[in-house]
Amino acid sequence: MTRYVLRRVGQAALVLWAAFTAGYVLLWLLPGDSILIKFQNPELGLSPQQISEIRAYYGGGDPPLVGYLHTLLGFLRGGFGYSIDTGTPVVERLAEALPETAKLATAGFALAVLIAVVIAFAAGYSRTSWLRGALLAVPSLFISVPAFWLGILLIQVFSFRLGLVPVIGGSPAQQLILPVLTLAVPISAPIAQVLARGIDQVYTQPFVPVVAAKGASRRWILWRHVARNAVLPALTVAGMTFGELIAGSVVTETVFGRNGVGRLTEQAVNAQDTPVMLAVVVLASTVFVLVNLAVDLLFPVLDPRLKAAA
Amino acid sequence: MSLLEVRDLAVSYDARRAVEGISLTVEPGEMVAVVGESGSGKTTTAHAIIGLLPPNATLDGGQILLGGTDLATWSDRRMESIRGAQIGLIPQDPSNSLNPVKTVGAQIGEVLRIHKRGDRRTISRRVVDLLTRVGLPDPETRARQYPHELSGGMRQRVLIAIAIALEPRLIIADEPTSALDVTVQRRILDLIDDLRAEFGTAVLLVTHDLGIAANRSDRLVVMKDGRIEEQGPSSQVLSAPQAAYTGQLLRDAPALSVREFRAVDEAVDETVTQEPAIVVRDLVKEFRVGRRPFRAVDGVSFDVRPGTTHALVGESGSGKTTTARMVVRFAEPTSGTVTIAGAGTGRDFRRHVQLVYQNPYGSLDPRQSVAAIVAEPLRNFRLGDRAARRTRVRDLMERVALPESLLERGPRELSGGQRQRVAIARALAVDPAVVVLDEAVSALDVTVQAQILDLLEELQRDLGLTYLFISHDLAVVRQISHTVSVMNKGRIVEFGTTQRVFTDPRHDYTRELLAAIPEPVL
Amino acid sequence: MKILSWLTVAVVVLWAVVPGLFTGYDPLAGVPAEKLRPPSPEHLFGTDAVGRDLFARVVHGSVHSLSGAFVAVAVGLLAGTLLGLLAGSAGGLLDDAVMRVADVLLSVPGLLLALTVIILLGPGTVHVAIAVGIGSVAAFARLSRSEVVRVRRSDYVEAAFGSGGRFPAVLWRHVLPNSLGPVIALAALQFGVAILAISTLGFLGYGAEPPTPEWGLLISEGRNYLATSWWLTTLPGVVVVAVVLAASRISRSIGRDGT
Repeated sequence: MTRYVLRRVGQAALVLWAAFTAGYVLLWLLPGDSILIKFQNPELGLSPQQISEIRAYYGGGDPPLVGYLHTLLGFLRGGFGYSIDTGTPVVERLAEALPETAKLATAGFALAVLIAVVIAFAAGYSRTSWLRGALLAVPSLFISVPAFWLGILLIQVFSFRLGLVPVIGGSPAQQLILPVLTLAVPISAPIAQVLARGIDQVYTQPFVPVVAAKGASRRWILWRHVARNAVLPALTVAGMTFGELIAGSVVTETVFGRNGVGRLTEQAVNAQDTPVMLAVVVLASTVFVLVNLAVDLLFPVLDPRLKAAA
Repeated sequence: MSLLEVRDLAVSYDARRAVEGISLTVEPGEMVAVVGESGSGKTTTAHAIIGLLPPNATLDGGQILLGGTDLATWSDRRMESIRGAQIGLIPQDPSNSLNPVKTVGAQIGEVLRIHKRGDRRTISRRVVDLLTRVGLPDPETRARQYPHELSGGMRQRVLIAIAIALEPRLIIADEPTSALDVTVQRRILDLIDDLRAEFGTAVLLVTHDLGIAANRSDRLVVMKDGRIEEQGPSSQVLSAPQAAYTGQLLRDAPALSVREFRAVDEAVDETVTQEPAIVVRDLVKEFRVGRRPFRAVDGVSFDVRPGTTHALVGESGSGKTTTARMVVRFAEPTSGTVTIAGAGTGRDFRRHVQLVYQNPYGSLDPRQSVAAIVAEPLRNFRLGDRAARRTRVRDLMERVALPESLLERGPRELSGGQRQRVAIARALAVDPAVVVLDEAVSALDVTVQAQILDLLEELQRDLGLTYLFISHDLAVVRQISHTVSVMNKGRIVEFGTTQRVFTDPRHDYTRELLAAIPEPVL
Repeated sequence: MKILSWLTVAVVVLWAVVPGLFTGYDPLAGVPAEKLRPPSPEHLFGTDAVGRDLFARVVHGSVHSLSGAFVAVAVGLLAGTLLGLLAGSAGGLLDDAVMRVADVLLSVPGLLLALTVIILLGPGTVHVAIAVGIGSVAAFARLSRSEVVRVRRSDYVEAAFGSGGRFPAVLWRHVLPNSLGPVIALAALQFGVAILAISTLGFLGYGAEPPTPEWGLLISEGRNYLATSWWLTTLPGVVVVAVVLAASRISRSIGRDGT
């Protein structure tokens, strides 16, 4: 068991390191000094002392490997360098943006899971085939909708037509409703699909008729036997969608004009702000890797068969 | 009044009739066996009685009278009070019939909880009692274990405990032992017999194995193609079968017919001293399981004379399949040697030695036609041009008694027996001297099995083939082989001619195996 | 359902190849007098702020989305399948290495990966297509590897070696045909995903330049008239949804027939 945990943790660390390295190599393919030159842009209004600090951080003039190690060390210490766009430390910009996105992502994920569970279990429980078919068609529709368009559509319907949610102003909770929905809909689709498929598959397992032969009702079978087994694959997929939450926030925050990590990313791309982009990529990758590590470690607890294997 | 009376039952799947005109009775405390091959409708009949037909099935007509009340008219909700309490079920496949994420104890206790028999404390006490009753040592520990921590036989005992928990009047046992090793099989059937005597429960036993049915049941119901061919007291049906089909089943069931042993001398010309076709010496295969090496095959040696059949017989995990795989060079021995007379090295080896698999469906590429499958070895070894290959494929099809009309079909469109014939034809394409048959008839129904065994015998006579026959089924081995090695835990515990091993077993394990075969009745 | 899906895709492909058959209007030049007209028999999808026919713009825009998606799928399919095949048939250290690379690619969300590539290559239709394609490499690599491993373990592949087959022959005759089905199904699915991703990047402004009628850009331009002209954003979006939905339906039917 401890060996299993250690191996998984090691793998996660390796993936993170590789993601950082790949990002670094990609983004620094632009010759190193050209970044430094940008900092000398008088529009940024940096003092000569700040410029020399930044130069020291990026190891201006150092060989590439030293520069890489320098940045890696910086990341490990929690320092992500300086934004090319504004000259401020990346950490500050991230810290500013993160709470908004965290709020959005948490609510969005919770809603996505809720939608997925309702769809999958309603389909699993319904006996009328047209209702089942209709419910199962919902996720494939959800996954085909461009998030940015959905956001616009929601604004159009709920703000302009029905006037239910104010376009400007409104309480923070009101402002959150439509973005959360926009974020949740595409993410709920894969979870719902896997959960529904899982439920179907568990129903074909030979142990289900054995439970029925004990005199169990349909509801008893669904909740006490099928659900527990069907949740396992859905958990894996739910973990995989965590990365999409950050990607989704790019679109959602742009459409709804919210400030967060997504908006920051968009600005970074527009300004070719590679240090910020690298930080965002590493952040997304870290969230993804940590969540999936947690899922992996949770699995043996939920499925006793894996405890033996682990 | 009978305990169970089924009158004129008819069931359809997606509007296609599966069973029809089924009428049978079960008296209190009686064991009635429903026998038939796959597709005969025996399982459908059993599931209809307990009301557990799959969603695409409909009950078209007939009555199911349990103690006089007609269950066929009952709603699903109402049936819930009957299931578990008055009718119990012992399912077919113990490995998947328990929920993998719940403890064994919870799953036995569940039937008590559903029918609200007692509180948590009394239920857990009853669970331990039940586990003790079905013969599981250390029941308190077992109750806390998960299904995957138990062996197949133990799991089947747990399922029996579930079935008897509320002492129902009728238990439906659907192929309760077909997934188990023979020795375990016997113990499970003995347990069912004991419980029947103790509680006076009637058992409706569904099985494909006429041997088991003959030995254990009071009455027999023989089914074929969704209809009842014949029914009556077991002794009467067995001694004087009325239906032609029953007679055929009795002849084909390897356990029941007493054939002459195949003698070695009959197959071999004694005047010429021949070197053995296969020589296996001190064969060892180790696998790594975690950090410990595990010896799957532990010092196996045997010889096979040309033109004869040598059987490797044993239960699952005995190492027989691993041995076969080393003989055909699909696995590397850890140590020891396999010598096959006249076989080349490298790829040429494959022209000399061929393997036929247990599952013919898995060993045929689903995307190829029969013609392409049979011609593949010829293409690989560049034997003949296109026209010559086509003629050769036709010959081979004739050899294995398959009509030419099947040539363009895919494996999916063939029956199990036809698929195995295709696999045999492919094996014979390059004129091998040695054919290794790995459980080659185990997946087939008895009548088909008998046909394939006849075909194998005929091919051996005509082509002088040497067979290495891997099987768990002693009755089949008795019929086809000249010499036998009995394997247990990676070692050969007994070797000899088939006649000697079957009539005068010297090792305890062999005796135990033989005792598990049902007695011949003809 | 299946026929409807193929029909949808066929129509959109025809839009891209012979747009003139479907609309007589110019997608770029507008008639200022007819600006912001709601949908009518004359202008099926209405007109935009400079009086251009929206339907004509959607029809002419299909070529950007389709060719982009085609390039993206080609990049993902070729690179991914090659990596997966290599990993699955070689096994060992190479397998481990390729799969770890796939893990890393998977750990970065597709959109962020695409944006990173865009920082590097700069915006533009082709760059966006390549960026989206790179995002799908990992999925193709994983799937094709697992398929190859599954097929390689099957009895019929061993039987093919058993009847004297050499590695390339067995690979070509048995492993490839049997593992290709799910990969093709994924390609169909990724086609829809790529159209979504390309329109998203177009919406964010990294794709084609403004007068070009790229679908994402169309919707983005319509945002300024949300309160008054609903059709400018809604109708192009419906077209995108229809195409993506059709691609995923087709993918599913391929997946079913393939196994």
